[in-house]
Amino acid sequence: MKRFIGFIKKEYYHIVRDKRTLFILFGMPIVQVMLFGFAITNEINKVEIAILDHSKDVTTIELSNKIASSKYFEIKEFVANEESIEAAFKKGRIKAVLIFEKDFSKKMMTEKKATVQVISDATDPNTANTISSYIGSILLLYQQEINKDVLISYQIVPTTRLVYNPELKSVFMFVPGVMTVILMLVSAMMTSISITREKELGTMEVLLVSPLKPFQVVLGKVVPYIFLSVINAVIIILLSIFVFKMPVQGSFFLLGIESILFIVNALSLGILISTISASQQTAMMLSLMGLMLPVILLSGFIFPLSSMPVILQLISNIIPAKWFIIIIKGIMLKGVGLGYIWKETLILVAMTLFFIVVSIKKYKIRLE
Amino acid sequence: MKIENVIAVKDLTKRFGAFTAVDHISFEVGKGEIFGFLGANGAGKTTAMKMLIGISKPTSGEATVAGFDVRKHTEEVKKSIGYMSQGFSLYNDLTIQDNITFFGGIYGLKKTAIQEKSKLLIQDLGLEKMANKLLGALPLGWKQKVAFSVALLHNPKIIFLDEPTGGVDPITRRQFWEMIYREAHKGITVFVTTHYMDEAEYCDRVSIMVEGKIAALDTPKNLKEHYQVDSMNQVFLKLARNIE
Amino acid sequence: MSISLDNISKSYGKIKALNAISFEVADGELFGLIGPDGAGKTTLFRILTTLLLPDQGQATVAGYDVIKDYKNIRNQVGYMPGKFSLYQDLTVAENLNFFATIFGTTIAENYDLIKEIYIQIEPFKERRAGKLSGGMKQKLALCCALIHKPQVLFLDEPTTGVDPVSRKEFWDMLKRLQQKGITILVSTPYMDEASLCDRIALITNGKILEVDTPKAIMAAYPTKIYKVSASQTYQLIQDLKTYPETHSVYPFGQYMHFTSNKTNFKPQDLIRYLEEKKHTDIEVIETVASIEDTFMELSK
Repeated sequence: MKRFIGFIKKEYYHIVRDKRTLFILFGMPIVQVMLFGFAITNEINKVEIAILDHSKDVTTIELSNKIASSKYFEIKEFVANEESIEAAFKKGRIKAVLIFEKDFSKKMMTEKKATVQVISDATDPNTANTISSYIGSILLLYQQEINKDVLISYQIVPTTRLVYNPELKSVFMFVPGVMTVILMLVSAMMTSISITREKELGTMEVLLVSPLKPFQVVLGKVVPYIFLSVINAVIIILLSIFVFKMPVQGSFFLLGIESILFIVNALSLGILISTISASQQTAMMLSLMGLMLPVILLSGFIFPLSSMPVILQLISNIIPAKWFIIIIKGIMLKGVGLGYIWKETLILVAMTLFFIVVSIKKYKIRLE
Repeated sequence: MKIENVIAVKDLTKRFGAFTAVDHISFEVGKGEIFGFLGANGAGKTTAMKMLIGISKPTSGEATVAGFDVRKHTEEVKKSIGYMSQGFSLYNDLTIQDNITFFGGIYGLKKTAIQEKSKLLIQDLGLEKMANKLLGALPLGWKQKVAFSVALLHNPKIIFLDEPTGGVDPITRRQFWEMIYREAHKGITVFVTTHYMDEAEYCDRVSIMVEGKIAALDTPKNLKEHYQVDSMNQVFLKLARNIE
Repeated sequence: MSISLDNISKSYGKIKALNAISFEVADGELFGLIGPDGAGKTTLFRILTTLLLPDQGQATVAGYDVIKDYKNIRNQVGYMPGKFSLYQDLTVAENLNFFATIFGTTIAENYDLIKEIYIQIEPFKERRAGKLSGGMKQKLALCCALIHKPQVLFLDEPTTGVDPVSRKEFWDMLKRLQQKGITILVSTPYMDEASLCDRIALITNGKILEVDTPKAIMAAYPTKIYKVSASQTYQLIQDLKTYPETHSVYPFGQYMHFTSNKTNFKPQDLIRYLEEKKHTDIEVIETVASIEDTFMELSK
């Protein structure tokens, strides 16, 4: 045990004395959260649209006004017929066209149902999606308004119900993602580099020719970074609560425990990388290419998994970040307890054990 | 016998803040001389050499190399010298021929000149069969010999060698010194920086730097006689001890 | 026997790094492995310190087999790799403490052993190891390798890149450690350090040329050896090489070491030959063979 503590002490010195890395470690989460929170956003603002109104009656005009008065849309033109829609798109400024069917009000009164068609420019699928949902929610609001005083409800189709993030604040979606990415980066990359550094400096030779056991070296590398990553997680959560006013619906305790679980998971993955790579450079490349990209692309952080090909969806299952994002979205946004996320938690635990066992097995007791 | 001075140094000094790395050193090196520039790590020999090859500016004092002032005409200085060290030699991942072509190009040699010279060089070293193999495949001593020949491609007047034969096997090492003798015989001045005293034994004259100053400068023979010892190693130990 | 090797071979791909190496090192011996870079010294050290597995052959260190009993060996030996292998960002004291701890001991426990060396670097104990001079780094590395009181000490090229003063001090320290009963295996590319060892093995291209005491190796030089000098060194080399009675000629500092292929060689003949070639200040003096002469003769 004394040996182990001695080893951790040494690791601690390495970390606190490397001012540059330390700065990156703690500067990065702040910059990243700010970046994702403020700059990169899914929100739309004054998107220019066109309207093709076949009815031009009270309801459609009122609806058009509602849309025009929202800060999200600006009605650029009213087109006369279907043929001119394409021309409007081709001019390039219009992102969507709303088509009200004929006799809109009448249909609503008689059939209790009227249809609005939304055609959006899907060259930018994310924006297109968002536009549809925004329009959907404006229609929904209107519907609720007119349904207030009547017994039989009128329906306007389509409708999209937005829950959990009713204001569609993208920062709420990003914080769990950013937290995941940063914890993964700090934990996996830093540990993988720290073991390969010993190989490069030649100190690994001396450590090998000593009675230190493989698990002591491996765990000794992990422990200090657990501590660092926990600090990072706390910084990110505090930032999201106080700067972005993000609610944490669920239990802080559970959030903490799950975060630590994920940190340990990422650290053991980092160790695994370092045991199989010979140089710091390889370790860095493996962490960046092998971890960062899948985490960003396949975890459901930026691109929705459900819209991916089945193969990628299957692959995404082996990415720990995917499960962690489900967990923390659950806790932070939905306020669920362990009862709802035990399956994901169990998967993370299993993955962690797997990484640790493989690392210790793979840890070379010799130079070859 | 040696009349023409190729290197002339007078009161050359380099300070880094309050620390004087090179402290008023003066010496001259003649044409075709093999001059050993010795000193312990940190004695200032690397700093002094950097000033002579024009990559570091002296704080005060004067130095001319191949007739050019190292302060004013650094480009001319660089053109008239060759440089080879253990740290920087050639590219291991290029073939021997590629290395020669590349470095010949750097020194502005014409294509035909490069072809001619590389043929000669490869013949001289007896590496005809290896010319298109990667340099990395050669043993250390051979690499050093190739590096030495490459440093001579542009016909420099002076060649600076930094610890050229440390760790090289004894036979190859002697072949290397034979090459050095040959070049000196042709009139090229050889300036060897080293802290391996057995390399010093091969030089015509040696200077020994201790703490930024030149503590001794003479032929190895005279130095050994003066200190009444039988190796340069012991000369060095005596000198270093006197200072302490 | 502290160290014994029997027919050890090791290849990296096609390159044979070690080729059937056998020798023994007695308890308390200061044994030198002498050979140029790339001779296989480091590979041999790594096999003995259990860092590499040999392709064939057997070896024991302190009575333990290097393959089966690697854990015991790791407890019993001190190892100083060729590259400076301490933590540059840790201070002198922190490095020493760390190595004491991982070997389950303390500085105080074995202070006697390192005292002489440690007091020289103690004034700098709060300094980071990366900021030490070459000689001091060497001393610190030696302290770290000794702190657990090893039975056998492996030093891979400890004096490479170190100036003559520090080199001498280092060898003095090894002599004193030897007196404390520690077996030392040290490697070096410098032939002049061979005479400081009890026994040496000359190694080149993965093969052992000779194992004996330095004196015996020098005495076994097969022929008389002469040192020759003249005013024109380069011309002298050329002329000696074309001299019909020449067996070998090698520059040794200001002299050429010359051996003849004739048993009844007379120096006067050579002098006359050189005079004919217009040499001046000719000297031909019989001398004793050095380790380097032997090494070259054997590896020829």
